[in-house]
Amino acid sequence: MLNKALNSRLTWLVGLLAFAGTAMADYGLNMTEGVTPFSAEVYELHMIILWICVVIGIGVFGAMFYSMYAHRKSRGVEPAQFSHSTLAEVLWTVVPIAILVVMAIPATRVLIFMEQTTDAEMTVKITGYQWKWKYEYMEDGVEFISSLHPDSNAARQVGSDIDPATVENYLLDVDKPLVLPTNTKVRFLITSDDVIHAWWVPALGWKRDAIPGFINEAWTEINEPGTYRGQCAELCGKDHGFMPIVVVAKSPEEYAAWVAEQQGDAVAETEAAQREWSFDELMDRGSDVYAAQCAACHKPDGTGLPPAFPSLASSAVATGPVDAHIDLVVNGRPGTAMQAFGNLLSDVDVAAALTYTRNAFGNETGDAVQPKQIADAKRG
Amino acid sequence: MSVTATELDHHDDHDHKPSGFLDRWLFSTNHKDIGTLYLVFSLVMFLIGGSMAMIIRAELFQPGLQLVQPDFFNQMTTMHALVMIFGAVMPAFVGLANWMIPMMIGAPDMALPRMNNWSFWLLPFAFAMLLSTLFMDSGAPAAGWTLYPPLSLQGGNSFAFVIFAIHLMGISSIMGAINIIATILNMRAPGMNLLKMPLFVWTWLITAFLLIAVMPVLAGAVTMLLTDKFFATSFFNAAGGGDPVMFQHIFWFFGHPEVYIMILPAFGIVSEIIPTFARKPLFGYVSMVYATASIAFLSFIVWAHHMFTVGMPLGGELYFMYATMLIAVPTGVKVFNWVSTMWRGAMTFETPMLWALAFVILFTIGGFSGLMLAIVPADFQYHDTYFVVAHFHYVLVTGAIFAIIAGVYYWLPKWTGNMYNETWAKIHFWWSVISVNVLFFPQHFLGLAGMPRRIPDYSVQFTEFNQWSSIGGFAFGLAQVFFAIILIHACYYSKKKAAAQSWEGAKGLEWTIPSPAPHHTFSTPPKINKDQLAAGHLD
Repeated sequence: MLNKALNSRLTWLVGLLAFAGTAMADYGLNMTEGVTPFSAEVYELHMIILWICVVIGIGVFGAMFYSMYAHRKSRGVEPAQFSHSTLAEVLWTVVPIAILVVMAIPATRVLIFMEQTTDAEMTVKITGYQWKWKYEYMEDGVEFISSLHPDSNAARQVGSDIDPATVENYLLDVDKPLVLPTNTKVRFLITSDDVIHAWWVPALGWKRDAIPGFINEAWTEINEPGTYRGQCAELCGKDHGFMPIVVVAKSPEEYAAWVAEQQGDAVAETEAAQREWSFDELMDRGSDVYAAQCAACHKPDGTGLPPAFPSLASSAVATGPVDAHIDLVVNGRPGTAMQAFGNLLSDVDVAAALTYTRNAFGNETGDAVQPKQIADAKRG
Repeated sequence: MSVTATELDHHDDHDHKPSGFLDRWLFSTNHKDIGTLYLVFSLVMFLIGGSMAMIIRAELFQPGLQLVQPDFFNQMTTMHALVMIFGAVMPAFVGLANWMIPMMIGAPDMALPRMNNWSFWLLPFAFAMLLSTLFMDSGAPAAGWTLYPPLSLQGGNSFAFVIFAIHLMGISSIMGAINIIATILNMRAPGMNLLKMPLFVWTWLITAFLLIAVMPVLAGAVTMLLTDKFFATSFFNAAGGGDPVMFQHIFWFFGHPEVYIMILPAFGIVSEIIPTFARKPLFGYVSMVYATASIAFLSFIVWAHHMFTVGMPLGGELYFMYATMLIAVPTGVKVFNWVSTMWRGAMTFETPMLWALAFVILFTIGGFSGLMLAIVPADFQYHDTYFVVAHFHYVLVTGAIFAIIAGVYYWLPKWTGNMYNETWAKIHFWWSVISVNVLFFPQHFLGLAGMPRRIPDYSVQFTEFNQWSSIGGFAFGLAQVFFAIILIHACYYSKKKAAAQSWEGAKGLEWTIPSPAPHHTFSTPPKINKDQLAAGHLD
């Protein structure tokens, strides 16, 4: 009986050691060292505290196993009757305090380093929405929405029959990644428009909550060009598991070229918002916008998930007066997952989505909502 | 009523048990019967909460969504936590307190027996209300058991049922705590000084003060959610001048003492069992009491370590890191004391001892990961990942629940007069201890490798460890069904009778009365004989 107990516990301990040992990095068992000065420091701290725990664990459990082996009744031992030892008790109070102080010093140093958001060379504002991220490059005037990649989105539906293993970077891929220059100190301003989210890319070494009404600060400086993936880390509703983050780090030159390209696209989009769009153009674009922005809640066939997410098919709003429908989509409905899409999408996209929902799912109102109407609604 | 009373007089057996089923259970004022009610209720909730965990682990068995919609998954994680915390762990401890505290301090019953009845009978109604939300249009709460706004306010009208259920649970807990404090402070037999009390009584006394201090805080927090949701206030709504982070501060000011409410009585149980089977007095009795009190004090000043990522100022983060690290000191004292109690004892390894030993090791592992989580920069990586899930399941499942199971095996002979089947119980132990590690240990790796918690689906590189974890989960769940069978067998079918002193090395007043314990015990206070007490070596 006892040998069995002992063997099992020893096996267990060996397992623990193996975990702490070299095997970790190879099999995705351990924390990443990351690609920023901060993430490397965090990894160091993690390993120090892990080893301290392993050593204390070996000491305490070792004494316990020895006692379980040597001091058992079946060996005929007489129990001692001591119940107190001032020396031992003082020692095992003072020594742990000393260990904690030793641990607190590097932790404090790293934390102070982490909180230094000054002297950043550029700023990106990150806003969490259910269930996507908006990125605004404060200096360069670029902004866009980043949400789950359509391939992952199709595969993750219940009963999709698509094997996730066949989807590249399943659930960790987006339609449009955050692009950042390497070797540049980037400051992030993190907030949310609805519920609390958390922005987390493990390779950068931290996560930070995105809270409505608050703007949190954090920073990074990525040393290695590459693609780094993460996810929302704070429960934010039904699609919390489906709002990934992808950061692509490029050399400063490539980054500058990327920014120029984005700015060109933005100009084209502004011009497009000025002209009159045909019904077919709007329906075409609307079906894409609907799939990316609306289908998560209202379902691809418009039936929704009542009562939280109403059906759009022959709904009072989608078949009712156009102005009320525009108002709802532009300004959202506070306290629900219905966002103020006027701040989130371009006027063309909002107009296209409105046209689509007023004519798809058997709604057939025949209305074509023009981008100008959206601009007017925003002005109030 | 008068008819029943006459019948009662007529049919009462020699120990004055009420004979009618309703009289005995619904109107009970007897601490033993109410203790039984609590324990049975807790076992039922444990199995219900466990079946929710089975749904969670089944969905997470492979990537992709196979069984449930994400929203239902969120309802399951939320309800699993609420049912396990408020329905399984806390009532189990109150049940043990009801049964054991009067017998341990030589009191005839709890100080406030009618209130005792009410504290219990609120619970079935509270949980009927909570569980009924699963069948409502807007569904069960799905924002996590922490109910963080604004997300929790997005749910439907069933939210009101959840809040009232939490209010009832809080009233029940507060009354239970008042009763325990009144009993311990007023009803000890002459000669049972505070520093002669069994450690289980001490840990419960301190836990009861924690309960009285923090349950009203939870009630306040959820009431503010209620008015924000239904009466247009803006306590937590930034757009109305409120503060969503304030909820987290209030919640965790309740929440951190709450986690110690779920572990201090476990410390007490283990401190009873280890000396019994080591046949040696508990090492450092007085330091155990002081360590418990220190942990309770520290629990009030560390709450924000649950929310390091909300963006506190540097000074706040440093303070909460240092204060949290300090908890390791009194907790360490306890573990060292347990090991020293075993040292040079004469140990045997009956089932209660096996569970207690597993508790010491596995709870300590949960303590280690807790220490890691205290390191703020590292917490920025660990926070809200499966590393945290692994951590709190090590302290709550292999901590609190293992201690409860140990206590049940330890005191069951006293309650029923029967011994459980030792072979089956050992199978239950080994089956559980292996499967629980298969279940939770890989979750450390998942968290470190980057898997967030509370997600219904995951990227394919997390598949293998999730499969391990699910297999362990199913095995652990099945083992607890076996546990229920062992208990039913021990209560009704076991032929092996228990002696008054069911364990060779057991000390304490509860072992001086017959097994099963008569309906009324210590109607006249016992004469305390120092040698009978676990703390009898102290003078």
